[in-house]
Amino acid sequence: MSITVSQVSKKFGNFQALDNINLDVKPGTLVALLGPSGSGKSTLLRTVAGLETPDQGKIKINGRDTTNLDIRKRNIGFVFQHYALFKHLTVRRNISFGLDIRKKSPQAIKQRVNELLELIQLQGFGDRYPSQLSGGQRQRVALARALAVQPEVLLLDEPFGALDAKVRQELRDWLRRLHDEVHLTSIFVTHDREEAMAVADKIVVMNQGRIEQIGTPAEVYDNPANPFVMSFVGEVNILDHTSPLFKRTNRANSASRLFVRPHDLEIFETPQKHHVAAKVQRIVHLGWEIQLELALGDRSVVSAHLNREEFSRLELELGQQVYLEPRQVKYFEQDQLNYHASSTSNQQIAV
Amino acid sequence: MTSLQPNLSSTRQNKQAHSTRISLPWVITIGYLSLILLLPLAALITRSLTIGPVEFWQIATTPLARSTYEITFVTALAAGLINGIMGTLVAWILVRYQFPGRRIFDGVIDIPFAVPTSVAGLVLATIYNDSGWIGQLFAPFGIRIAFTRLGVFVAMLFISLPFIVRTVQPVLLELEPEIEQAAWSLGASEAQTFWRVILPPLIPAILTGMALGLSRAVGEYGSVVIVASSIPFRDLIAPVLVFQKLEQYDYDGATVIGTVLLLVSLILLLLINLLQQWSRRYAD
Repeated sequence: MSITVSQVSKKFGNFQALDNINLDVKPGTLVALLGPSGSGKSTLLRTVAGLETPDQGKIKINGRDTTNLDIRKRNIGFVFQHYALFKHLTVRRNISFGLDIRKKSPQAIKQRVNELLELIQLQGFGDRYPSQLSGGQRQRVALARALAVQPEVLLLDEPFGALDAKVRQELRDWLRRLHDEVHLTSIFVTHDREEAMAVADKIVVMNQGRIEQIGTPAEVYDNPANPFVMSFVGEVNILDHTSPLFKRTNRANSASRLFVRPHDLEIFETPQKHHVAAKVQRIVHLGWEIQLELALGDRSVVSAHLNREEFSRLELELGQQVYLEPRQVKYFEQDQLNYHASSTSNQQIAV
Repeated sequence: MTSLQPNLSSTRQNKQAHSTRISLPWVITIGYLSLILLLPLAALITRSLTIGPVEFWQIATTPLARSTYEITFVTALAAGLINGIMGTLVAWILVRYQFPGRRIFDGVIDIPFAVPTSVAGLVLATIYNDSGWIGQLFAPFGIRIAFTRLGVFVAMLFISLPFIVRTVQPVLLELEPEIEQAAWSLGASEAQTFWRVILPPLIPAILTGMALGLSRAVGEYGSVVIVASSIPFRDLIAPVLVFQKLEQYDYDGATVIGTVLLLVSLILLLLINLLQQWSRRYAD
């Protein structure tokens, strides 16, 4: 079932929560709304759900105009960050809640609940209360409860936000596998870029109530439309025209900025033409990845990431002189740095 | 009365169950509780034991005594039930609605806590008598409120209301709005959401408030003695009977009626505690 959001705007007092949002979600896809807090991602989700009413614009679910339709009649499944389970009801009664409301027959309800308990791998937990479950289990119950009524679309608001790192990762992998089985059109909200990339077919990057870019995880990462997206979907060094790394390109001018990802800085022990000298100022071991802080000639500091093999081959030490060569950089003009600019004037060049 | 904060006490007991060492704070606590609560109660019971079972039973079950029990407990129960509903409604309005004067309204709830009971009785007798502001509305229909059993009822309503409001209010505040939104998203109407999702978690708090209000109403003396005529078999309540017996130097009689009141109160509290435990079986 498709979701179409056209020209939707929403204000809370003077705060522009959504600013002319246009979004098409194709049937059966899993879309992530990614952005910092206050970017409007949750508001957009809640507007699609019917928990907020847009000031302007239209929302269609499966071609049906639902802009002013009551949430009860939208046939959506909604999953909340803090589960919002009914604490006084058992797992079984939580899952069957929507079916009880719809007055389904007891046999049909029992069968559907059993199916869902199997789906969320909580067979045997049906008679427990939510307080007797872990966070990850509770969120799976919340998901089963939303799925029980066979919604046309599934909306998840920071579904893994309240969980610790390990459970978070397990649950997001599980959600992806579940989606591959069920193919329910889904939108989930997250501020975690890794989560968005790991789970979603398409990522919608949002900022200040606007959509900055829509694309697959690879598109958004490799071809960011603007400085905001580039900075938000991954770490980046931002350098102005005074930086030695920028000067050597002869494109340096005071109105543009050079963006280079830390893993795109190649490190050499001996200098070659165009290489930029730097001094190793800090070494951070993160297991497979080693992060370096490198001081350039103008005392500015850049970050470079290399893997363990590269690191041990170079035999780097603190204070050592090294030489840098960017593998890939992006230029953005000053006007784009205000995050308003169109996506037309960015270029990607190999150095 | 041990049931004032069932939620808090049960979780704390669980957490600190391992520290059984007798410490100074422990001694002070137990000593204080003994002095203030247990000893007086023990004294009352010991005094009543000296009377002898046959005589005790006779004094406890005279027709007058039985009528005062009935008037006291039935009226208090009725007031508790009505306030169980009305107090919940008041708490709901205070938590869920923004309106001018809400904070003042919220403060007014505590007046029955603060006002001396004799003042409360005076106020109630003034407005509910046949020519008072409210009493005169009912007088033409032959309904007299002050100086009748209805007056006792009104006084008990007055003093038990804050107990229910103040126990339900914090629970309502903590109820996440997401719970309701989840119910809506699953197709539940406003009414279904209220009955199935909002009310059940409130029930332990409502029962607690009713228990507190009920025990307060049963023990109420100061306002009732003013707003009722205290005529035997009509609106004489048991606590007032205890006082009347004392005035007549009938110490045995006062002790017996007092002991009966104490026992019934304890049984009521025990029942409500069990009910609460049952309704909290799903809690964290």
